[in-house]
Amino acid sequence: MTVPQPIAGAQRVGEVVLAVENVSLSFGGVKALVEVSFDVREHEVRAIIGPNGAGKSSMLNVLNGVYHAQKGTIRLRQGAAWREFHDMDSHEAAALGIARTFQNIALFKGMTVLDNIMTGRNLKMRCNFLQQALWAGPAKKEELAHRRAAEEIIDFLEIQHIRKTPVGRLPYGLQKRVELGRALAAEPTLLLLDEPMAGMNLEEKQDMCRFVLDVNDHYGTTIVLIEHDMGVVMDISDRVVVLDYGRRIADGTPDEVRSNQAVIDAYLGVAH
Amino acid sequence: MLYREAGQFKSTYAQDQQIFPILQDRVAIAILLAVAFLLVPAFGNQYWLGAILTPFLIFSLAALGLNILTGYAGQLSLGTAAFMAVGAFMTYNFVLRIPGIPILAAFVLAGLCAAAVGIVFGLPSVRIKGFYLAVATLAAQFFVLWVLQRVGWFSNYSTSGVITAQEIAILGYRFDTPAKKYLLTLAVVAAMALLAKNLMRSETGRAFMAVRDMDVAASVVGIPMMKTKLLAFAISSFYAGVAGALHAFTYLGTVEPEAYSLDLSFRILFMVIIGGVGSILGSFLGAGFIILFPIFLNLASGWVSGLFGVEISFAVVSNLEVIIFGGLIIFFLIAEPHGLARLWQIAKEKLRLWPFPH
Repeated sequence: MTVPQPIAGAQRVGEVVLAVENVSLSFGGVKALVEVSFDVREHEVRAIIGPNGAGKSSMLNVLNGVYHAQKGTIRLRQGAAWREFHDMDSHEAAALGIARTFQNIALFKGMTVLDNIMTGRNLKMRCNFLQQALWAGPAKKEELAHRRAAEEIIDFLEIQHIRKTPVGRLPYGLQKRVELGRALAAEPTLLLLDEPMAGMNLEEKQDMCRFVLDVNDHYGTTIVLIEHDMGVVMDISDRVVVLDYGRRIADGTPDEVRSNQAVIDAYLGVAH
Repeated sequence: MLYREAGQFKSTYAQDQQIFPILQDRVAIAILLAVAFLLVPAFGNQYWLGAILTPFLIFSLAALGLNILTGYAGQLSLGTAAFMAVGAFMTYNFVLRIPGIPILAAFVLAGLCAAAVGIVFGLPSVRIKGFYLAVATLAAQFFVLWVLQRVGWFSNYSTSGVITAQEIAILGYRFDTPAKKYLLTLAVVAAMALLAKNLMRSETGRAFMAVRDMDVAASVVGIPMMKTKLLAFAISSFYAGVAGALHAFTYLGTVEPEAYSLDLSFRILFMVIIGGVGSILGSFLGAGFIILFPIFLNLASGWVSGLFGVEISFAVVSNLEVIIFGGLIIFFLIAEPHGLARLWQIAKEKLRLWPFPH
């Protein structure tokens, strides 16, 4: 068991690690995603933006197996090998190193901050329930080792003072931060953030941006994020993909996207 | 001033992760165990040991089992009495059919049988939850009792379906008095409560609570939904099965399938709700309230009539008891919907600050 160590030096954006190819998803007659393709490079901060109902959250849900796409493939690089999925389930996605946060906080409300973060490490725990019931040797050692790792994350996110507080009692901004902590606890290679700054005030947004960039810098985690605050998106992301009505309408650097006519039309509306 | 953790510094995670991190709690538990193991059997009379404390411990264990399933893993079940019946009848059969089997081994094997039955009747939980699951677990209640009544093998072809528990002996030492039976029950219950406490503060317990609090998020962090739910059913039924075995062997002595009716399942569910959902301590408090409180009321009515010299008729007393008991249940649920365990926790938080208000 190793505690995640920061990787020295800023991470350079590398090769493609995740490729989404022609993914389509519909609920009955509603087409949530139509033939969407894009890719994500290693160590990059990749934003998905678009007006309400554009299919952004659906896209993330497909990526970690909460929804199952009807068409298309997702290819994920594992070291040198590529793994191809038509259909992933969320347990499998977690095992492959994909972690995420939710738009409407999905923390375990009755549990403390520490327990929530420890839950994020469940896939790394090896002892069976009998050993845990006896709290003997290996189970205790494992629990303490993971406690150490969880504390690193608590330090990183500056939430030491609330580690024993049940999450349900925390204010919204801190809950968002704890949810990020739970996702980080899994030491993901790919982190999916669904509106991490929604409903936050300026200071909280700045804090969250700092954490996102720090995660990206220190741990080299690849990040895909959905965000409505354009200032934030243009500031922190390397590349942006724009969805509208389930279709991809633009893809490129923040500057390219900002000046794209289709994007402007989608956001501001266009005279017919 | 008595209950305060000031000055108790934890400098390692091992110290912070202890089962009872606060010194006063450790002392209190030690005293409680010493009283329960040494003083009570030495001074308790036959009636108190055999008819009050032993069933209290047994129902605490059953409530603890249900609490693991309902309180921690969030799966509602009305089949607890059925799992107890499996434990009782299978212990009887193991002792009957395997000569010389140690009684504790029979308890464990019977518990495993109950766990297997629990897994089967827990299968609907993979697809349904909440009240619908509770209704689905009713199937266990009816099916198990039906089988125990209809299939003669389980009661060794006794015509009435009644089984008489065999004598309990461990390494030739016979547990034949209420005090000895009480001690055996206490030892089993204390050991299993400790195991449950350990389990609930480690990975399995967190997985249970995660499934209870937010199942989509639980599967996204990699908790296997089906395995976790079925494990909760298995562990819960194991506890209920051992409680059933104790119920037949150290408490009643003779039992029939009808003793494990839906009524009993409800009683155990009420113990969990009143005691505190999702709390080990709450299981004991709930069982204590439901079992000990009516006895206390009975005694109290005697004192009252003695004190005022009024002769109250027996019928009035028993009706009054039911009314007061029902009223108190409503009072406690309104005062603290999270049960007696939560009240205790609030009291501890207050004590920590006492005598200062903040």
